[in-house]
Amino acid sequence: MPVAMRMGFFTDTSICIGCKACEVACKEWNNVPDDGLNFLGTSYDNTGGLSSDTWRHVAFIEQPVTVPRLGDDGIRWLMSSDVCKHCTHAACLEVCPTGALFRTEFDTVVVQQDICNGCGYCVPACPFGVIDKREADGRVWKCTLCYDRLKSDLEPACAQACPTQSIQFGPHDELRERAAGRLGVLQDAGVAGAQLYGADETDGVGGFGAFFLLLDKPEVYGLPPDPVVTTRDLPRMWKAAAGAALTLIGAAAVACRRPR
Amino acid sequence: MTAGDSYYGRPVVKAPVWKPAIALYFFTGGVAGASSVLGFAASITGHRRLARSAFVASAAGLAASGPLLVVDLGRPSRFLNMLRVAKPTSPMSVGSWVLTAFGPASMLAAASVVTGRLPRMGRLAAGVAAALGPVVATYTAVLVADTAIPAWHGAHRELPFLFAGSAAASASGIALACTPVTEAGPARRLAVLGAGLELGAFRAMESRLGEVGGPYRDGRAGRLARAAEVCTGAGAALAVLGGRRRRSAAVAAGALLCAGSLCTRFSVFRAGFESAADPAATVGPQRRRADASVRSA
Repeated sequence: MPVAMRMGFFTDTSICIGCKACEVACKEWNNVPDDGLNFLGTSYDNTGGLSSDTWRHVAFIEQPVTVPRLGDDGIRWLMSSDVCKHCTHAACLEVCPTGALFRTEFDTVVVQQDICNGCGYCVPACPFGVIDKREADGRVWKCTLCYDRLKSDLEPACAQACPTQSIQFGPHDELRERAAGRLGVLQDAGVAGAQLYGADETDGVGGFGAFFLLLDKPEVYGLPPDPVVTTRDLPRMWKAAAGAALTLIGAAAVACRRPR
Repeated sequence: MTAGDSYYGRPVVKAPVWKPAIALYFFTGGVAGASSVLGFAASITGHRRLARSAFVASAAGLAASGPLLVVDLGRPSRFLNMLRVAKPTSPMSVGSWVLTAFGPASMLAAASVVTGRLPRMGRLAAGVAAALGPVVATYTAVLVADTAIPAWHGAHRELPFLFAGSAAASASGIALACTPVTEAGPARRLAVLGAGLELGAFRAMESRLGEVGGPYRDGRAGRLARAAEVCTGAGAALAVLGGRRRRSAAVAAGALLCAGSLCTRFSVFRAGFESAADPAATVGPQRRRADASVRSA
């Protein structure tokens, strides 16, 4: 198979209506198990966050705002469908010791379930808290960007189910152009706080394959504002380890030296 | 950090899924690695009785480590998948390969010194184990630092020294408990050096981390850290003061040093969970970094 184009998602949260069709479509298509009927009591979001059993998660933020004429009593709703970012420099993939996590021909990051041995290293390595271990199963699971559907020239289930085209799927380059255009439109309309998240290739993870247009700071949506792939500091870590190892050898040598 | 800077206070990064077996492995792996170094150094300087204790401790630490690592896997039957690839970007992959080479060497060195058979092979194995031992004792520090967890990643400069010191303290503690006092001089000296490194690295780590280091001061990880300080300090002092003359004091010192090392490992382990659970620990430093780069641009 020839190397395909980089495919990704552009999630335009400014037109998300919080319907959660993406969550449902993802579960249906990918056969993702039930993760409990929970009542979180915080907002219309009762899913909470991404996990081994939730690969699309619609965040729902009820935010107090000052509205002209109404004063301080205003409320606005922010809704955003979160997903695996399919990072250019993916920490999960880099730390995976078995090679179960791999980069596909679409430049997406996928777990090979027949190889994962459940070591769990990818879980705390992800700067977004996306990938997680399914306890009953023992392996880790996350969004595959519908690898099976892509291979059959279908768009991912969440994008197809999205009724407002908040979730847009397509070639990464094309999506970035579209995102820049949309941001311009919003900024011209005076939407304060509108910003792209993950569209910058110079960020700490080399840009996301699945990026977003947000209406507030990333942390408001539960996203890290300046994520960095942990392995960027790995050379420095090994250097420190080499220093520590030599210190250990030196200490043993000093301790064992016979008094003259 | 205000409530508006997190999503209903939910964590940004996921806590590890590792069970306490892994913290225990940090200890047993440290004992295995540092004991092989002590054993080799003791054998080439003629401390035969001490070398023997250390080689046996190294093999014992290693034998305990294997099962601890396998039971923690979600699919233990697939443990050999660790050797499917060699990935320099994965400290766990590096560690798996190093352990694969270190294991037989450590076992062979112990078997040879205990049975008196294959002395040349035993010496060669001891050399290999001593060369790899420092890696076995410190790679676990790189492993935890190479994550998105603020209290681990932020400590990547100090953690290897902390783990090396902790490994040296526990290995020498076991060696001095298992060796007649007249032969255990090097173990007592290494106990002091290791304990000093362990305590010093912990302090350095805490002060560098600042607010992100909160878990090392408060809560369960903080209590473990204080217990580690007391046990390690007392163990080193007892090793030098009483361990010279009485075996019973040496055994007590060894037990204290091991308890201190265990507390250190569990403190670091727990701190990772507490750090992951706190969205402010992840968001705070990143927000300051992002704002600073906007200002400088």
